[in-house]
Amino acid sequence: MHTSRGSRLWRRIWAARYLYLMFLPVLIYYIVFRYGPMLGLSIAFKKYDLIKGFTGSKWVGFKYFQQFFNSIYVWRLLRNTLLINLYDLIFNFPAAIMLALLINEVQNRRFKKTVQTITYMPYFISSVVLASMVVQFLSPSSGIINNLIASMGGERQYFMVQPESFRTIFTIMNLWKSIGWNSIIFLAAISGINGELYEACRVDGGGYLRQMWHITLPGIASTIVVLLIMRLGHVMDVGYETILLLQNNANQETSDVIGTYVYRRGLKGGEYSYGTAVGMFQSVVGFSLVILANWLSRRYSDTSLW
Amino acid sequence: MELTRKHTGIRVAPSRKAFLIFNTVFLLLICFVMLYPVIYVVAASFSEETAILRGDVTFIPVGAHVKAYQKVFVYPLLWQSYSNTLLYTVLGTAINLTLTVFGGWALSQRKMVGRRFFTLMCVFTMFFNGGMIPTFLVVKGLGMLNTIWAIVLPGAVSTYNMILMRTFFRQIPDSLVEAAELDGCRDFGILFRIVLPLSLASLMTIGMFYAVAHWNAYFSAVLYLSKPELYPLQIILRQVVLLNEIVENSTSTENVMAEGIKYATIVVAMLPMLCIYPFVQRYFVKGVMIGSVKE
Repeated sequence: MHTSRGSRLWRRIWAARYLYLMFLPVLIYYIVFRYGPMLGLSIAFKKYDLIKGFTGSKWVGFKYFQQFFNSIYVWRLLRNTLLINLYDLIFNFPAAIMLALLINEVQNRRFKKTVQTITYMPYFISSVVLASMVVQFLSPSSGIINNLIASMGGERQYFMVQPESFRTIFTIMNLWKSIGWNSIIFLAAISGINGELYEACRVDGGGYLRQMWHITLPGIASTIVVLLIMRLGHVMDVGYETILLLQNNANQETSDVIGTYVYRRGLKGGEYSYGTAVGMFQSVVGFSLVILANWLSRRYSDTSLW
Repeated sequence: MELTRKHTGIRVAPSRKAFLIFNTVFLLLICFVMLYPVIYVVAASFSEETAILRGDVTFIPVGAHVKAYQKVFVYPLLWQSYSNTLLYTVLGTAINLTLTVFGGWALSQRKMVGRRFFTLMCVFTMFFNGGMIPTFLVVKGLGMLNTIWAIVLPGAVSTYNMILMRTFFRQIPDSLVEAAELDGCRDFGILFRIVLPLSLASLMTIGMFYAVAHWNAYFSAVLYLSKPELYPLQIILRQVVLLNEIVENSTSTENVMAEGIKYATIVVAMLPMLCIYPFVQRYFVKGVMIGSVKE
C-alpha cells in the first residue's frame, strides 16, 4: 500500500514534469541568491576569515552583536532611521492623500490625466539623478536655492554639510519624488466609493468640503489604515542607497542609517562579520515588525498579507 | 460617480466654483514644482558658466551653447557606460521576464505538487534576507565580481512581480488550458502559444518595472564592479556630479565650465527615461492597480 501511494505521488509529479522543469531555474535562483546569503548570516557569529571561508572560520558567539550594542552607533543609526521614517509619515503620507483628494475633484478629464502624468514622473528618475539635482541645487556657490537666498539678502548656506538640514532635505526630496506615485492607490480607493452617497449628502444640504470630510475620507479610511499598518512593518527600511549618495563626513551624524553603516564599515572597511551582524540585527527587527504589522492589520481591518 | 455629480449638480454654488478655481491653480502649481527642476537642469546645461554661477538661468538657457555637451561627449567612459547600461537593461529584463513567467506559471498550476511549499519559500524572502554582505560574499564566491552576471543575476526574480504574475495566470480559465491539452499542446506550448498572448499587457507592465529598475540601478555596480569599462551610466553620473571626478582630473579650461558639465551629464542620464515615460506611463499605473487588488 505504501509503495502504491508513493508511486501515485510520483505519477502526479511526473505528469507535471514540465512545470518542474520551468520552475527549476527559479528554484536554483532562490536557493543560490536568496537562501545562500541566509546561510551566510552564520558569519555574524564567526570571525570571518577570507581564506578559511564560510565554514572554516572560528565561532565567536555574539561578540559582534555586543560590539555593536556597546558602540555609540546603535542609537544614532536607530534614531536616524526612525526619524526619517517619522518625517515621511507625518509629511509625505498625508500629502499624498491630499493630492489624491484634489486630483479627484478635477472635472476636465484631460487636465486630470496631465496632472497625473506629471506628478508621477519624478518617481522614475534614478536615485543618482535625484541626488545630483539635490546637491547641485543646494550648492553654496551656484545652486538655485542659494542664489535665491542671496538675492533676497540672506546668507549662502552649505546645506549638505549641515547635520541639522539633512532630514529636511531628504524628506522634501522624497516628497517630490513620490507624492504623485503614492497618490495612485488613494485615487483608486476614492473611485471605489459609491456615487449615491455623494448624492445623498447633497440632498441633505451637505456642501463641498462636507462631502469630502464625511464621505470621501471615511470611504478611504480602511485603505489608509492598511497602508499605515503596512508602513509600520517597514520603519526599519530607508532608502539607504539614496542616502549614501547624499552622505558626507560632515552630515553623517544625522544621515547615517544601518544600510550606509553596513556598507561603510562592513564592506568598504572589510569588517565582514561585524557588518553582517549589524545587518542581521536590522533584518530580524524588520521581520518581527512585518509580522506584528500583519497581525495588527488582520485584527483591525480583515486585510493581511497572508 | 463623476457622471451622477454632473447630472445632479445643475446649480453650481459660488463656493463650489471658488473651490474649483483654487483647486486648478493649486494643481498647476504642483505640476510646476514637479517640472521645474527638470526644466532648470536642461536650461543650465545649455547656459554660460557665469550665468549659472550668477543665478541668471531661470527657464531658458542664457547665452545658449552646446560646449558643455561637447565636453561630456568626449568623456571616454560615457559612451561605454551608455552601451553597458543598455546591455544590462536588455539582458537583465529578458532574464527577469523569463524567470518571472516560468515561476509564476508553474506556481499557478494546480497540478504542480508542492506549489504551496514553493510559494511560501519564495514569499518568505520578501520579508527576510541575508543582507548586503552575505549576498556580496555569495556573488564573490561564484566568481561573478566584475562580470555582467553580478549585475543581472542577484536580482533576477522580484518575488512581488512573480506573485503578481501568478495571480494573473490564475484568472486564465482552466477550460482554455484543458482544451489546449486535448489539442495536443504540452506545457511549454500552452504557456507560449495560449497563455502569453493573453498576458501581453501584464508582461509589458512587469517588464517596464524591471527595465526601469535596471536603467536606474547604481548600487549593485558600486558593490560588484570595480573596472571602469563595466560601469553603467549612473555610476559615471555619480562620479561627475557627486564625486567631482571630471572636474578634479581636468585642466583649467574645463574647470571653467564645471557646473555646465554637471548639468549636461544629468540631462544625458535622464533623457531616455523622460522621453519614453509619457508613452509607457499607463502601464506603470496599471501595475499599481494590479498590486492593490487582493487575491
